[in-house]
Amino acid sequence: MPRLSVWMIRTAIVALISGFAIGGMLLSYRGWGSHPTLLRLRPLHVELLLLGWLVNLGFGVGFWILPRPGGGRREGETVAWLGFLALNGGVIAAGLGQGWDQPSLALSGRVLECLAAMIFAVHLWRRARRSASPARG
Amino acid sequence: MPTLSRWFIRTALCCFVSALLIGVLTQSPTLRLRWPLLTTAWLAYVHLLTVGWITGLIMGVALWLFPRPDPRRPPPPVWLGWTTFAVLNVGLLLRIGIEPVTLLHPGTPLRVALPVAGLLQVLGAIGFALLIWPRIRER
Repeated sequence: MPRLSVWMIRTAIVALISGFAIGGMLLSYRGWGSHPTLLRLRPLHVELLLLGWLVNLGFGVGFWILPRPGGGRREGETVAWLGFLALNGGVIAAGLGQGWDQPSLALSGRVLECLAAMIFAVHLWRRARRSASPARG
Repeated sequence: MPTLSRWFIRTALCCFVSALLIGVLTQSPTLRLRWPLLTTAWLAYVHLLTVGWITGLIMGVALWLFPRPDPRRPPPPVWLGWTTFAVLNVGLLLRIGIEPVTLLHPGTPLRVALPVAGLLQVLGAIGFALLIWPRIRER
């Protein structure tokens, strides 16, 4: 498994646990009447699970498994690393920005997430290709 | 396919169908008038899809397909996998059963079980992490 995939899948798992933990805290508010500030964490809960968990995992596995053009060389890996950093920076920024009413931070987070999505799409586009046809005759 | 993965995937499929059935029911004005709980079922719908369906399916497939762990390390105990499956799904069921009631009747004593449901799901996520982490490695 490539190093980037290892980092992305492990980050996905950390996001899963963090997102679930925040969800548990939000349920404690509803169940036990904990501090209302906890409600500010709801956007971060959503970002961590929809993007932090699912996208890190999806791209991490895709980067590992999809066929590579050009005989297995890892082209574009540096840019993919930038995508990884942009995605996770964006998740934190967007989640906290929305929760603490910081529209500039939230917008920056979304821009980073969008940038990451474009990087991943461009990288994986070529790799999502038809397998070589079997020999005829 | 390992038995544990089959249980995860089949349970995920049940969550998927249940979520979409709830989705159908909540769109009927007649049924919403007859069963007021349907007006508060949207969180149950969302979590059945995201936790029960997508996350459950991912866990089942990952436990099946990820590379084998280093044979020099002791394998995780069998009970860990089944406990992970159980706490995740029991926590989810508890949540989707109780939360619509608490939204309709905020003072209900049932609400004290909601944090328990959350804790069970967190334990499920931690259990999955313990199972899969040794299998995520560079080669």
